[in-house]
Amino acid sequence: MGFFVEVLISGLMAGVLYSLVALGFVLIFKASGVFNFAQGAMVLFAALTFVRLLDILKDTFAPITLALIITIAMMIMLAMAIERLVLRPLVNQPGISLFMATLGVAYFLDGFGQTLWGSDIYTLDIGIPRGSIFILESVFEGGVLVAKEDLVATVIAGILVVTLAIFFQRTRIGRALRAVADDHQAAQSIGIPLNYIWVIVWSVAGLVALVAGVIWGSKLGVQFSLSLIALKALPVLILGGFESVLGAIIGGLIIGSGEKLAEIYLGPYVGGGIEYWFAYMLALGFLMFRPQGLFGEVHIDRV
Amino acid sequence: MNYGLLFRALLICVPLAISGCGQDSGTDSGTSGEATGMPSNAAGVIVDVSDANAQFVPVLSYRTGAYAPNGAPVANGFTDYLKLINARDGGINGVKISFEECETGYSTSRSIECYERLKGQGPTGAAVFNPMSTGATFAITEKAPVDKIPLITMGYGRSESRNGGVFPWNFPIYGTYWTAADVLITHLGNINGDINNLKGKKIALVYHDSPFGKEPIPLLEKRAEMLGFELLSIPVTHPGVEQKSAWIQIRKQKPDYVLLWGWGVMNSTAIKEAAGVRYPRDQMFGIWWAGSEPDVKPAGADAVGYQAVSMISSGQARVHEDALSYLYDNGLGSGERDGVGEVLYNVGLLNAALVVESIRTAQSKYGEKPLTGEEVRWGIENLDISDEAIEILGLTGYMYPVRLSCLDHEGKRAARLHRWNGESWEYSSDWISADDSVIQPMVKSASDTYAKEAGISTNACDS
Repeated sequence: MGFFVEVLISGLMAGVLYSLVALGFVLIFKASGVFNFAQGAMVLFAALTFVRLLDILKDTFAPITLALIITIAMMIMLAMAIERLVLRPLVNQPGISLFMATLGVAYFLDGFGQTLWGSDIYTLDIGIPRGSIFILESVFEGGVLVAKEDLVATVIAGILVVTLAIFFQRTRIGRALRAVADDHQAAQSIGIPLNYIWVIVWSVAGLVALVAGVIWGSKLGVQFSLSLIALKALPVLILGGFESVLGAIIGGLIIGSGEKLAEIYLGPYVGGGIEYWFAYMLALGFLMFRPQGLFGEVHIDRV
Repeated sequence: MNYGLLFRALLICVPLAISGCGQDSGTDSGTSGEATGMPSNAAGVIVDVSDANAQFVPVLSYRTGAYAPNGAPVANGFTDYLKLINARDGGINGVKISFEECETGYSTSRSIECYERLKGQGPTGAAVFNPMSTGATFAITEKAPVDKIPLITMGYGRSESRNGGVFPWNFPIYGTYWTAADVLITHLGNINGDINNLKGKKIALVYHDSPFGKEPIPLLEKRAEMLGFELLSIPVTHPGVEQKSAWIQIRKQKPDYVLLWGWGVMNSTAIKEAAGVRYPRDQMFGIWWAGSEPDVKPAGADAVGYQAVSMISSGQARVHEDALSYLYDNGLGSGERDGVGEVLYNVGLLNAALVVESIRTAQSKYGEKPLTGEEVRWGIENLDISDEAIEILGLTGYMYPVRLSCLDHEGKRAARLHRWNGESWEYSSDWISADDSVIQPMVKSASDTYAKEAGISTNACDS
């Protein structure tokens, strides 16, 4: 039983990290109806920028703070550039056009980030505790092993989610974001500045990408594979729904725990290595019963 | 004023102007020197592919993507050596080398595209291909006999391809995966006093779920059956950033040793995960593709004590001094100066040295001129690099004598292990030979099967 709990907890914690990446997708989808394929590239770009600035600024009085401020500024500039060069010319175009445009942004950012900052593995240490601890030793023999950095990541992700939920539900800008997502033209007609809203939402998505990139980067080192982590967010989105912050969280937890349990308990019967595709199978299974995802909005079109 | 146009121009120009601010001084590590603009002193060192008097060598490399941290230093070492031969020696017996890099991203499909694009370049076509990927080697093995271009797959590729009777165009010089796996098992036997003492032990193989990662499994299964140890095979999916479940299994199963068969970010992640589940790093042993600086440095102190089998370790010999003085002092190096002498740089350099010596050997028969792939194949098969030749090459201590034959395309089946001490790699064992009485029957069986399926002869050496 202790082993099962250990697998479950590690899966839940991995799920929280998937949720962190999925949140970036949700933000942009909620605000613009665009599936942002470049979110993974944004995670890589943000983390690369941060880690390389940290190295450049290491002899200053506050390298982490300075690197953070400059990186945030760069992510906001990136959001402005994307809005100006990619999104604005495509206002009122079909969603698929916007999606394809984000594909281009992803390839550009992947290459540009590596050209600008290099393609090595960069170690990132911002003081997140390393190592592992045993918990529940009185309940299970030998206890349950938990990585400290996963615990910290869970707390950070939790804070971020609560903040974003409040932002969307309780603020004027949050409501404007949701209005824009529903209908670009209708939102514009009642005076919501579409371009301004898009810059805000892409900036917030950039900040989420930075948080995800820093957490993943401190675990793995900052390198190109961070951009592939976005693929882990896809089944989370399918399962949780593209428009729900809560869905991204719950979806992440289900996917994370499901894939780990499957790998451990089903993997040995089919040769192992199943967790990657099992996540998609799990998400597809849910789609059979709830096509809009667990927390996605049901759209009923009059025909 | 058109502010929109100005804004777009600034957005494009400002990043380009500051690009490189994160790079160290020296040549851009992401691209080779010729791609970033040829310096004025590059004449005679970087030779145009269209030069009718130059020997063309294609370079399949991956400087971008998930495996770039490992691919770039290999490409740097490889291209630096080719440039050095031009700069220092004026080419191979006066025949300059031209080369062109093609970015594969470690993707088999893109490797094939690169192969097709480069095979006909130069006055005589490609001299030899180094696919730099086991997956790509599997695919190109089918094409090489048709195009009559040999493949040097140093430390990777099909293990049975050492059998020149079936694979006349493949040359897995310096060891196959079966050789590496057997060296590791022999080493574990040495640690335990005798190889038979492995009986009852539990050995886990944590492997990259790809042709590369699966390659040692038949040998390890055979050894497990012979010696009575239990083998646990645990796959890790590409690129290997998510390994939690693999290491939870390790924690549960408590194997005596873990063999790490990874590439790229998988390796450093595995070492960190091992630390996370408190698995001792000195009980972990990697393949040579999991035994370089990018594999351990990101793991920091967690990597201390980790060992890997090694074709060539880090450090600098006379050839490195030449590379620094002839290339890097003149701004012609392919990578950063600090990277010269790292493990993967040395792997690339050694690989290029084998290519150059093969061409030199072939010239002794066909003349000092650009040669075809078929002619170079003869040169590889008749390679005989002695200690004296190694001394002349400036590689003493970094290369062992190589002698191939029509039937044996591998050469010496031995390797050493090296251990990461937190700062550098240091050898932790003497030369260990693989047991060919175990490997040879497997080679025979696998290559016969391949020949049967492909409908080819098993006795190419008889003709």
